[in-house]
Amino acid sequence: MPDSALFDEAGGALEAHAPAHAVLPIACRGIVVARNGRRLLDDVDVSIDGSGLTAVVGPNGAGKTLLLRILANLFEPDQGEVRWAHAPPCREHAPKIGFVFQKPVMLRRSVLANVAYALAAAGVAKHERSVRALEVLAMASLEHLAHSPARALSGGEQQRLALARAMATEPEVLLLDEPSSSLDPAAVLAIEEFITRVRAAGTRLVLVTHDIGQARRLADSVLFMHRGRIVERAASRDFFDNPGAESARAFIEGRLVL
Amino acid sequence: MQEIGGAFAEAFRLVFTLDPDLREIVALSLQVSLGAVAVAALIGMPLGAALAVMRFPGRGAAVVTINAFMGLPPVVVGLLVYLLLSRAGPLGSLGLLYTPTAMVIAQAILVTPIIAALTRQTVEDMKDEYLDQLKVFGVTTFGMVRTLLWDARYSLLTALLAGFGRAVAEVGAVIIVGGNINHLTRVMTTTIALETSKGDLSLALGLGIVLVSVTIAANASVMALRTSAARLAYA
Repeated sequence: MPDSALFDEAGGALEAHAPAHAVLPIACRGIVVARNGRRLLDDVDVSIDGSGLTAVVGPNGAGKTLLLRILANLFEPDQGEVRWAHAPPCREHAPKIGFVFQKPVMLRRSVLANVAYALAAAGVAKHERSVRALEVLAMASLEHLAHSPARALSGGEQQRLALARAMATEPEVLLLDEPSSSLDPAAVLAIEEFITRVRAAGTRLVLVTHDIGQARRLADSVLFMHRGRIVERAASRDFFDNPGAESARAFIEGRLVL
Repeated sequence: MQEIGGAFAEAFRLVFTLDPDLREIVALSLQVSLGAVAVAALIGMPLGAALAVMRFPGRGAAVVTINAFMGLPPVVVGLLVYLLLSRAGPLGSLGLLYTPTAMVIAQAILVTPIIAALTRQTVEDMKDEYLDQLKVFGVTTFGMVRTLLWDARYSLLTALLAGFGRAVAEVGAVIIVGGNINHLTRVMTTTIALETSKGDLSLALGLGIVLVSVTIAANASVMALRTSAARLAYA
């Protein structure tokens, strides 16, 4: 398989062509991760392209977060390969993939300096950083906290800052790992509003979530994972109205899936 | 007992009247030890941070070596620096033996492993928290080292303090390479040793009081700085 090969939704090879984006499509094929004789990811193929928001849902231990980390090149799988825009992942293109962790990592700096750091790492000129940082902070309603220490913010504010920081570099795709899992309803609403604005601006989104309601509200398409495999991939409405797999139906109905 | 009481009284008099000899010795001590800590920080901090961030063959051995060198015997370091700087040594032509510069070199060698080892531990703990986020930003290994050193700056004050404590209290190395020459290389610790052996307890005690006070003041300053940084959530 040549390095430049594309993968379609089913993992099949397509003809190579010159990439229009730095990282899209993000694809992985034949991904296997095994620990202690158990396959955490078992021959997983994914391709993220186009627009909209894909929700990755499934029970605990299904491999959702691990898959997201592999797509972002944060974890080396035992088998399989990852491609960003048909090429192996490279550090130079990393800023074109935003990643928001379940527990946001705040640098020991001010709110403004956190965003400016991401811009500096992405190669944005020094004189532009403050202006752009304040723009994204305004988008997250955090401009009044620009000079506060980032680690002194509340959980919801920190997560909004993490989103704003990720968006500052204008990524082609934003990967979200349960960004609202530990927040109160008001903070969840603020996060979802932010995500909706990001989607409307044309950024491709992938959201790992346990929250079926959140997936219904936000997703255009759904990947359902169970026991390290992608069991179902469908448009959001099709998935929630008429799930194909019994495990997906059980998950949607709130029955325990082991 | 009366003699000791008198020595204490004379010691306090020397301290509070800012005796010129005492002032000169204290100034040189601080100059040498702060200089050594500065040199050791310039070498030890990047070295410790690089060891925390980078993975390479032999890294484990390097970490063990640096940790072991934290306990380097000062007299052995003094002897090695003496051999290097003595007239017949490889650096003898520089004429540094029995100068404050030689004392700085010897103390820097003693302090560098302490700063490097404590920096490695501090940075490694922070790296566990930061690594994925920095990878997402596309930061280079060199950039990670710089970022972690900056963000750990308040925690690293403890490493500097430990280094300073080691340097300012050390006597074995500086007496060998400095020679304890009056008005030239005489520092607090070497003077205390000399004056005690001569039976002049008042100057020795006065310097002892200053030495302990300097150590306490340095600790208190660092603690105040760290507390204020923690309050601002930067530590």
